[in-house]
Amino acid sequence: MMRKLQSLYESGMVLIVLIGTLLLWEVAVYLLRPPPIILPAPSLIWREFLITPGYFLQQSFSTLYTTVVGFVLAVVIGLALAVGIVHSKFLERTVYTLLVALNSVPKVALAPLFVLWMGTGIEPKIAIALMLALFSVVIDAVLGLRSVDPDMINLARASRASSFAILRKIRLPNALPSIFAGLKVAISFALVGTIVGEFVAGSEGLGFAILTAQGQFDTPRVFVCLILLGLLGTILFYIVEFMERLALPWHVSQRTGHAAAP
Amino acid sequence: MLSSIDAANGAMTTNGMAAGPGRPPHPVAEAAYVAIRQVGKSYGSLQGAVHALEGIDLDIRGGEFISILGPSGCGKSTLLKCIAGLEKPTSGQIEVHGKPLSGPPDRLGMVFQRDVLLDWRTVLDNVLITAEFAHIPTTSVRERALQLLWRFGLKGYEDRHPWELSGGMRQRAAICRALLCDPDLLLMDEPFGALDAMTRDDLNLELARIWQDTRKTVAFVTHGIAEAIFLSDRVVMMDRNPGRIIEVIDIDLPRPRHLAIRETSQFAHYVGHIRQLFTSLGLLKDG
Repeated sequence: MMRKLQSLYESGMVLIVLIGTLLLWEVAVYLLRPPPIILPAPSLIWREFLITPGYFLQQSFSTLYTTVVGFVLAVVIGLALAVGIVHSKFLERTVYTLLVALNSVPKVALAPLFVLWMGTGIEPKIAIALMLALFSVVIDAVLGLRSVDPDMINLARASRASSFAILRKIRLPNALPSIFAGLKVAISFALVGTIVGEFVAGSEGLGFAILTAQGQFDTPRVFVCLILLGLLGTILFYIVEFMERLALPWHVSQRTGHAAAP
Repeated sequence: MLSSIDAANGAMTTNGMAAGPGRPPHPVAEAAYVAIRQVGKSYGSLQGAVHALEGIDLDIRGGEFISILGPSGCGKSTLLKCIAGLEKPTSGQIEVHGKPLSGPPDRLGMVFQRDVLLDWRTVLDNVLITAEFAHIPTTSVRERALQLLWRFGLKGYEDRHPWELSGGMRQRAAICRALLCDPDLLLMDEPFGALDAMTRDDLNLELARIWQDTRKTVAFVTHGIAEAIFLSDRVVMMDRNPGRIIEVIDIDLPRPRHLAIRETSQFAHYVGHIRQLFTSLGLLKDG
């Protein structure tokens, strides 16, 4: 009960801050009158959205689709790599080292290369989203899989557990909090990757819509896309967090006020 | 009556007493459930080799409760891990139930200082994990797990999660987990080291009681002198650099034992003897 009230209060605060910011913005534009090409008022942006809501939603959906596919691929490949790296010294020396080296290259700069390789369809965009998201999945999963109490492993070995059983019953569940921390970073990176892909070789999506609107000096339209992007990123982040809550009811961060027994 | 059994290396017979009659320095191998022969363990390090264990000779008889007592760094935990087959000795040999060790032996239960319960499992499921690892259907041992938990005063906590339990209750659950598959050999590595004195006494009593009923072979690592005497048939004393056995003391106290036994002169005599030995080795700086 207290918890519900608390969360209601918190979301109320967020709403007040948001509405306050929009009001301040509206009033500032009304008073200072910057040309709409520099800074349009929130009301103008809203009207711009209402002219062609179907177009904006379609672009948003396209971006969402690419992001989610890139993200899911990054999770599947990333977790498989992490399990391999943790279990094999060879993979650790090769794949892990290579990943770290690759990560120090600004990956956005590789985007044009992907277009050369894969053309201008959805594939290079997915590939860029995947590439940007992959690293944080792997790093955090490796960290999580490794940070197991050695005595827990000793106990399992003393009971003659197979290494698959140790992975499934101890290492993986133990790594979940760390894996989810990586996923929350990865989902944002996947969205960044998608937008970069749409910038360099897009024919649809919010990134492409921003570029087109910029070409026409249509700043309100750019702002509509930016706000939709912000919404999309926020929603995706909270979906991952919601999945985390479902998967980790036992974790410290999720515990409600259970007092320890005497 | 203190009698000391010569350890092969660095043997000390403090009161000038040799091994008692009928108890040869090396008990016959058939009687030993665990036979440790000239076991050594050393690690390479930048400062040269570290000898964690050297020349360990020890027999643990079936159904015997033995404590391994010594200062930190004397290799007592390493010795226990070697018996568990979790670490390989660099020299010597260990036989469990007549078979040379290669990996963890059959029917082994372990308890560590940290309870290492899994946070995402309920108390009952934490106990059942032993069966899952051994590929025994959990339905067949569920009843036994519940009985163990009840016996250890955890009735009503079966479906709670570890973080809802106190340290003592968690360690009780860890003991239930070790006992689930009815092991023949129970290895305990300072299981009560992190508990407060009262809880520790309480668990000492429960452990003594369950040992009395089941007569499992137990090796119990500790640095508590009173705890070692209270629980054991024999106390193995170790020193460090290199880790070695310096004396083995028979504890001839009547069983079943109650906490009040700690106030008897006989008990005080054992405590005094062990303390003197550790003082003479410079491990305790007493005056």
